[in-house]
Order: sequence, then C-alpha cells, then structure tokens
Amino acid sequence: MAVEVKLAANLQKLVGGQKSVSVEGATVGEVLDDLESKHPGIKETIMADGAIHRFVNIYLNDEDIRFLKQLDTQLSEGDVLSVLPALAGGTA
Amino acid sequence: MKLEQKFMDEMIAHAKEDAPIECCGIIAGEDGRAVKLFRARNSEASPYRYSVDSDDLFRIYREAEDNEWSFLAIYHSHTASEAYPSPTDIRLAFWPESYYVLVSLEDAENPVVRAFRILDGEVNEEEIEAG
Repeated sequence: MAVEVKLAANLQKLVGGQKSVSVEGATVGEVLDDLESKHPGIKETIMADGAIHRFVNIYLNDEDIRFLKQLDTQLSEGDVLSVLPALAGGTA
Repeated sequence: MKLEQKFMDEMIAHAKEDAPIECCGIIAGEDGRAVKLFRARNSEASPYRYSVDSDDLFRIYREAEDNEWSFLAIYHSHTASEAYPSPTDIRLAFWPESYYVLVSLEDAENPVVRAFRILDGEVNEEEIEAG
C-alpha cells in the first residue's frame, strides 16, 4: 500500500530535494526498503545496526514509532510517516 | 541573523530556569524573521547533553508546518562553558538550514548568546542583530 514519507532537514537532499515521497510497504521496515530502492543511500542515514538510528525520529501520523512496534509497525493506506533528525548535542 | 530582544531574553530566562541542566528549544520563523519561540524538554536532562524530547519535536514541527514556518533557530544552553558549538554539537547538527544558537551562563551575571551555521562539520558564526 502507498504511504507518504515526509522528510525534514538534511534528509531532503537524499531524495532529490523533495519534502515528501510516496512509497510502498505494509510496515515501516518495508517502507524503508522501498525508499532505499528508489533513493539508494538513504537507509544508512536513517538506520544503524538494523534499527532506527538513535538520532533519527520516525513518526507514524503523530506517534513516535519507538513507542509502537518500531520497524514492525503496521501501516494503513494513506498513513503519513515523518522522518525528523534529532535536535541534539552536548559537551560530553 | 535578526532577532528581537524579547527572543534573546526568553532564551536566557529559559537557560537560567533549567540550569544546571542544558535547556533547548526552537525559534520558528517566516521569511527569515522570528515569529515564535518554543521551549522544549531536554530528554537527556543533563548538564552536558541535550536532545529535544521527541514528542515536543513533532508537536513543534507540525505547528511550524501548519503555519508554513521554518525552524529558523535551534537553541540550547551551555551552563558552564562558552557559547560555542562543542564537537558533539557539530557532529549532531542535522539541520543545516537552521541557525544554531547557544546561550552561555558561564558568567552568570552576563549571559552570552551567539548564533552559528553548522554545515558538514564547518562552523560559521553569524552576527545577531538584536532589534
């Protein structure tokens, strides 16, 4: 099924400067696979060691998928995934 | 960057209220002009690290998007060091189109606010025109 993936900040350059892309998948993991097939290289920015990168947040509609089923989170037609890099830093 | 004094004052007030932990937040803007300051929770709750709480990030992002605002500036405090991006700040600067604003409380009587662009690991200071 088709879902919309909205990308913020430094991720847009990885999809040709677009703010959002339409991709296919029944779970978040499948959507990321489809995104990678259409825009090679984006997955290594979003993921690390088989999981969502610590400094990337993915929201299904308005919920952080870390509090759902992460990559196994099921999607429905017309869902919107938003991918926002963390706002983080520190002196240590 | 142009920034009204009220936003400077609000960042300094936030930094002082949250000290000794680092505070963080976002200033939304339109056409390069600041329109609204959002305080955010620091999910690290640490004097040495900050990370904008994930729910706060999404809430602010959506309000900004609904109003066609951008993230003009991302601010955080350094409670005991200078107002300059640390190596971690630079490594984790994923929002190249935003100004990174630092508030230093190193000299508690004289807080310092400075703004930077951070792109591909390179830091450039941008003068803040208060007004």
